[in-house]
Amino acid sequence: MAVNDSLAALSDSAFTASIVAYSVGVVGFAGEYAFGGRGRIARTSREQTAAGGVGTETVTPVDSGAGQRLGYLGLACTVLGAALQVLSLAFRGIASERVPWGNMFEFASAAVLVTVLSFLWLVWQAPRLRHIGVFVLIPVVFILVYAGLILYADAEPLVAALRSYWLVIHVATVIIASGVFFLSFVLTVLYLLRQRYDRSVAEGGSMPRAIARLGPRLPPAAILDRLSYRTVAFGFPIFTFAVIAGAIWAEAAWGRFWGWDPKETWALIAWLVYACYLHARATAGWKGVKAARINLLGFFAMTFNFLIINMVVAGLHSYSGLT
Amino acid sequence: MTETVERLSTAPVPVGPVRRSDSPLAVVRRWWRLLTSMRTALVLLFLLAVAAVPGSLLPQRSLNQSKVSAYFAEHPDLAPVLDRFRMFDVFSSPWFAAIYLLLFVSLIGCIVPRTRLHFRATRQPPPPVPSRLDRLPQAASFERDLSPAAVADAATTVLRRGRWRVVRRRIGDTVEVSAEKGYLREIGNLAFHSALVALLAGLAFGKLNGYEGSILVEEGSGFCNSFQQYDTYRNGPFAEAGDLTPLCADLERFSVDYEDNLTPARFLAELTYTRELGGPASAYPLEVNSPLRTDGIRLYLTGHGFSPRFTITYPDGSQFTDISVPFIPEEQSTLASTGALKLPDRPGAGAGDTQLAIEGFFVPTAASMGDSRLISVDPRPRNPAVAIVVYEGSIGLDSGAAQNVFRLDQRQIERGVLERVDAGNLLVGQSLELPDGTEIRFEGYRQWVALQLSHDPGQLTVLIASAVMLLGLVCSLVVRRRRVWLRCRPADPGAGDEAASRTVVDVGGLARADSGGFSSDFAALVKQFSNHRAGKD
Repeated sequence: MAVNDSLAALSDSAFTASIVAYSVGVVGFAGEYAFGGRGRIARTSREQTAAGGVGTETVTPVDSGAGQRLGYLGLACTVLGAALQVLSLAFRGIASERVPWGNMFEFASAAVLVTVLSFLWLVWQAPRLRHIGVFVLIPVVFILVYAGLILYADAEPLVAALRSYWLVIHVATVIIASGVFFLSFVLTVLYLLRQRYDRSVAEGGSMPRAIARLGPRLPPAAILDRLSYRTVAFGFPIFTFAVIAGAIWAEAAWGRFWGWDPKETWALIAWLVYACYLHARATAGWKGVKAARINLLGFFAMTFNFLIINMVVAGLHSYSGLT
Repeated sequence: MTETVERLSTAPVPVGPVRRSDSPLAVVRRWWRLLTSMRTALVLLFLLAVAAVPGSLLPQRSLNQSKVSAYFAEHPDLAPVLDRFRMFDVFSSPWFAAIYLLLFVSLIGCIVPRTRLHFRATRQPPPPVPSRLDRLPQAASFERDLSPAAVADAATTVLRRGRWRVVRRRIGDTVEVSAEKGYLREIGNLAFHSALVALLAGLAFGKLNGYEGSILVEEGSGFCNSFQQYDTYRNGPFAEAGDLTPLCADLERFSVDYEDNLTPARFLAELTYTRELGGPASAYPLEVNSPLRTDGIRLYLTGHGFSPRFTITYPDGSQFTDISVPFIPEEQSTLASTGALKLPDRPGAGAGDTQLAIEGFFVPTAASMGDSRLISVDPRPRNPAVAIVVYEGSIGLDSGAAQNVFRLDQRQIERGVLERVDAGNLLVGQSLELPDGTEIRFEGYRQWVALQLSHDPGQLTVLIASAVMLLGLVCSLVVRRRRVWLRCRPADPGAGDEAASRTVVDVGGLARADSGGFSSDFAALVKQFSNHRAGKD
C-alpha cells in the first residue's frame, strides 16, 4: 500500500488554496460588516429579524450596494474554501488509501470544515446572519494555518491499531461534534460581546471601543444565545455517541471500554461541562451570561483534549502524527 | 404551568417557600431538597468535571505505576502530600467517589418524583382552554362558515393526524378543543437519566465481579487462565480467584506485516486454545482490534517483542541449552529492546558459587557490528544482534526482595557483589568466551506476545444503558412539547339553526419547552384549521 505522492501533493495545494479562499472570504464578510448595515432598509430588516427570531421566519436579504456585494463575495469564497477543503481531504484519503482523519492535521482540517459547513447551513436558514461570517472565518483561517504549519503530517498509512471501522465512526463523529461545538463557541463569544454592548447602552456607561464598534452590528443577544444553544443541542448527542463509540472501540482494542486514559478523561470532562451548560440554561439564576461562560469552558476542554493531551500528556491516544 | 424555557433538568418544579422547622425530619427534608435541587446537581456535575482533571494530568497508579514512581523521585517533597490526597489514584479515591455518589443520589431524587409526575400527566387529558387565548405567545383568530361543532371536528381531524392528543369540551354553544403533544420529550429525559444510573450500576457490578490478567507468552509456549500464571492480575472483591473460566491457549506463531515505510499494518498471533483440559483445540487468529471472545472472557493481543536465545557452556562442560528471556522494546519503531538474563545456579553448583547474569540490548536488524554500539534500523528481524554485558557474583534473587525481571539489581553491582566480567556484540551463531572459559552463544530469537485476559460481567448492561441514554437524549432534545387550544363559538349566539351558523375561532398555542420554530408550525396549523373540511380526510 504505497502512498500516492502526486495526489498527496495535490491535496496539500488544495489545502493551501482553501486558506487563501477563506482569507478573501474574511475580507468580503468584513466589508459587509462595515458597510452592509448602513441603509434604512437594512436597519429595519434587522429589527424585523430581531422581532421574528431566526429560523422561524424567512428573512429576505435587503442589503443593497457595496456591503451586500462584499457579503456575497465572502459567501462565495467560503463555499469555494469548503469545496477545496473537501478536495484536499479526499485526495489525502485516496493517496493514503484510508479515511482522511488519521492524524492531528487531518482532524483539525476536517473539524474546521464541519464548522464552515454548519455556518453555511446557518446562513442558508437565516441569510441575515451572513455578515457574522467574518467572526467564523478569522479563527478558521488561524486554525488552518496553525494546522498546516505545526500539526502537518505527511499522508501516510495507518498503524495497525487504527485499522478498524471504528476509526470511521468514532473519529468522524468526534470531528463533527468538535466542528459544531466550535461554531457554538464563536456564537457564544458574539453573544457575550453583544450582551456587554447592550448592558453598556442600557446603563449608559462607557465601553471598550471594540465593543462600541462591533456591538451594534451583531445580531440580537437573544438570537445568538438561542443559536449557540441549538448548536450545542445538536452537537451534544453526536458527541455522546462519539464517546460511546470510542468506548466500544476501546473494548475491542485495549481490553476495556473505559480506563481513564487522559483522552477518555478529558472527553468525559468536556461532556460533563456541556451537560452543565444544557442544564444551566434551564436553571433560574444560571441563564444567560453564566451559561454562556460554561459553553466557552466546554470548548476549552475540547481544545485542551485535542492539543495538550495529544502533544504533551502521553496516553493511548498517541496518534498525532507529530514527531 | 406556563414555563417556556428549555427544560432539560430533572429538578422538580420549585414549590413555594418552605416553612423552617427544626424537627429532625424537617432538617432531613430540607437537606434532601437541597441535594436534589437543580443548582446542587449543577454544582456536583461541574465538580465532577474539575475533580477528573488531576487524574488526567498527574500519573495514575492504575495506568502506569512506573510513572508514579518517577514522579516521586522527581518531586520528593510534593509527591507524598499529593499522595495523601489520593492524587495518584484519583478515580478510586473516596473524594471522587463522594462526588459522583452524591450526584447520583441527587439524580435519583429527581428522577423518581418526576417519573411519577409525568406518569400522571400522560394519563390526564390536556388542560382546558385558558380564558384569554390572545395572551398566549402564539394566538390567532378566524371565522368560518360552519357550525362550532363542525369546525371543532375539522380541527380535531387535523390535530389527530399530526399525532396530537385531543380533548373536546362543550360549554353551551361553544366547543373547545385542547390538544397537547411531545410527551416523549420528558420520557426521553427520564430515560436518559435513569440509563445513566443503570450505567453506573453496570460499571460497578463489572468492577466488583470482574478480573484481568496479563502475561507474556513466547512462540511455542502457552498459558492457562489461572491467576498464579499471570504476570499481573487484578480482580474485583467478588471475583473468585480460584474459579476462573477454564481456558488454555498456546502461541503457535506470531507475525507482523509492515508497510513500505515500516508502519506496522497487521499483528497476527496464531493461537490454539482449549476450553477444558484435554478438550478439543480450536485455532484463532488473534489480532489487534479483534480479541478472542468466548464464554464471557476476552483475550487480547496487547504487545509483542523478541526473546534472544542463548546457550551457555561452562568450563566443566555443563550447559544451559537454548534458554530465552523476553526483552522489552525501548523503541517501538525499531524494536530495539533491553532485558536481562539471570541464570539460575548451574547444575551441580554449590551454595557459595558465583552466579552468571547477562544484561543485553537486542536489535532485530543491526546496522553496524564490531565493537561499536549496536544500532537498530528495522523492526523486522533481518539481521538480529545482541550486545551483552556479563556479570558474575550474586544476583541477589535469594534476598527475598522483589526484582524487576527485565533488569539486574543495580544495588548488587554498586555493592560490588555482582561484578562485570566481559562484554561484546554478537550476531546469530557467534559466541563470547569469558576469561574463566565459559562460553555464551547467541542462538537467535523467539518472538513473544503480551496477552491480556479480561472478564467484565457488567459490560452488556453498560452497553444497553448507553444506547438507552443516547436514545433518551435525542428524544429530550428533538421532541418539543406543545399545547394548542381552540375556542369555537357561534358568531351570532342564539341564532337558531346550528348547522347554518357562522363560527368565530380563537386559537392559542404554547411551546412548553424549546420554542424553536413553533411560530411557523403554529401558523401552518391555523391555516389548516381554517381550510380543512371535515369528512375530506
